[in-house]
Amino acid sequence: MTVYIMCFILFLVGLYGVLTRRNMIKIVIGFSIMEFSCFLFLAMIGYIENGLAPILKEEMENPVYVDPLPQAMVLTAIVIGLATTALLLAIAIRIYKKYGTFDIRKVNELKG
Amino acid sequence: MELIPALYIILPLLGAFLIPIVGHFVKGFQKTLSVLITLFLVVYSVWFYVVGYDAPAVTKVGGWEAVKGIPIAIYLVYDGLSAFILLTVNLIAFLSTFYAMGYIKRFTAENNFYALLCLMIAGMNGVVLSGDIFNIYVFLEIAVIASYALVAFGTEKRELEASFKYQVLGGIASLLILFAVGLLYWQTQTLNLADISAILQYEDQSTALIFTEVLLIVGFGLKAAMIPFHAWLPDAHSSAPSPISAMLSGVLIKAVGVYALIRLFFNIFTITYELTLVIIVLGTLSMVIGVLLAIGQWDLKRLLAYHSISQMGYVVIGVGIGMMIIFEDGNRTVAALSIAGGLFHLINHAVFKGLLFLDAGAIEYLAGTRNLKELGGLSRKMPVTSSTSLGASMAISGVPPFNGFFSKLLIIIAAVRAEFYLLAALAVFVNFVTLGSFMKFIRYAFFNLKESGVSLIKLRLPFSMKFSMITMVILCVLMSLMVFPFFREILLNPAVDVLMNTGEYASKIIGS
Repeated sequence: MTVYIMCFILFLVGLYGVLTRRNMIKIVIGFSIMEFSCFLFLAMIGYIENGLAPILKEEMENPVYVDPLPQAMVLTAIVIGLATTALLLAIAIRIYKKYGTFDIRKVNELKG
Repeated sequence: MELIPALYIILPLLGAFLIPIVGHFVKGFQKTLSVLITLFLVVYSVWFYVVGYDAPAVTKVGGWEAVKGIPIAIYLVYDGLSAFILLTVNLIAFLSTFYAMGYIKRFTAENNFYALLCLMIAGMNGVVLSGDIFNIYVFLEIAVIASYALVAFGTEKRELEASFKYQVLGGIASLLILFAVGLLYWQTQTLNLADISAILQYEDQSTALIFTEVLLIVGFGLKAAMIPFHAWLPDAHSSAPSPISAMLSGVLIKAVGVYALIRLFFNIFTITYELTLVIIVLGTLSMVIGVLLAIGQWDLKRLLAYHSISQMGYVVIGVGIGMMIIFEDGNRTVAALSIAGGLFHLINHAVFKGLLFLDAGAIEYLAGTRNLKELGGLSRKMPVTSSTSLGASMAISGVPPFNGFFSKLLIIIAAVRAEFYLLAALAVFVNFVTLGSFMKFIRYAFFNLKESGVSLIKLRLPFSMKFSMITMVILCVLMSLMVFPFFREILLNPAVDVLMNTGEYASKIIGS
């Protein structure tokens, strides 16, 4: 159970980073921490004590496998996370070119 | 002709793939292909409403049959509710794409625009069709990543800022949803919605399950911009190019936000009192605060964006009241009336809010500004825009015989009959504030003559823009017909039935 709670604490660390940092790059880093805590959680729910990699071999009798489905989910989620992070960084760089700063407080054209 | 639900995903994805490659060499390819795809999907949706189909039509991707009653393949489910939302999504998508043909000329990268638009449509159709919770997450990400890029399409200061804000908040929402998907898989050992529903029916509300539900409400609430989670919406919806604003406000917040909430909390989880209360409170807050925030806005598109929050509140309370009555085992006719009102308002809002954003785009296209203080006296110079805006404004503020009147009437009647008097009074009050707010828009934009007058930077609207606007204003009137029994029987009732018979979803789909 402790590992799952640690995982959630990691999620909250990332959320804290996103909410309190002023630098856009640091916000993206906080976001990535949140993302990876999710991936870690998904990978852990499929883990079975002393489980083997889920590959069928003939000579083994009644083997215990880890659950392969969360692993497939994590792979998909990592690819999606890559796209999100890349887009975030691309937008951050474009903002830097327009405003000349990474400080989120100075990027405040929109109000109301 | 057999119903193939996968076409709704395959065709726009194919378009998104072909447009950047072929569009590079063939002139006009991107417009023609995206308009043809969306038109085909509208016709396809309408066709199956006319000829009927065996509900629910289930496609098992890869052809893997269930083993011992446990589904293995990823399911695509086309039932009454999906069909209704798909019709809304593809109708608005077609009209926006057609409008964009004339509008988007002022941007340079036309290929990228149409490719991203097709990707967004594919994502939304995927969310609506998917019968697998992880698949919902994947398609949701496809739709919202495309929308992040489309919001930043102008690449000016405001657009980039709005897109960054939207991405951070949308990203947090997506991660909360992913976390909830993990938790659900942990508890039920399955991802199939019908299977989850069948397993959860026999389980008590554990703490873990309540935590999952809260994560899902926050996640999808952020996507649907319900009131404490609304901060990104006015920026993102007002910064995007107008056809995209129409798509975002008209269908994206519904398909990936409200639809997912409704589907999960009606058909998957057991309805509980606390959950229903949270949903009704969120809806009421959105309805009231959204309209109050809209009062002080002078930027036309921001004003419309705040009204989107408010109008989505109507949809949510309509559905929420139905949920409460189902939980209390009350009068099922009233519950059905309330849910029908909510869904009816959903499609109505897609049409009139889409039209209002297209009008805002037309004003910006001709006058070069969308600040209401600088506009004025446009009614002579822009007859099409001013008459369609007037129609849409009357529809959104509930003036008969436009469609908005009937859907709001259904919700208010249901609220009174279910003895939610405060909600009914608030709904009427919000409607009058909306009316006032839109009278301000009409007056300042079209009638308030100034000495200098606003000078137009272009003289004529392209045909494609006029066509979409006129079609939508006609739809605004025609859709009032849905209140009459014959049309209600065809369009609304299949969707309402899916929500009313909460437990049947699982048995029907696993049995098929």
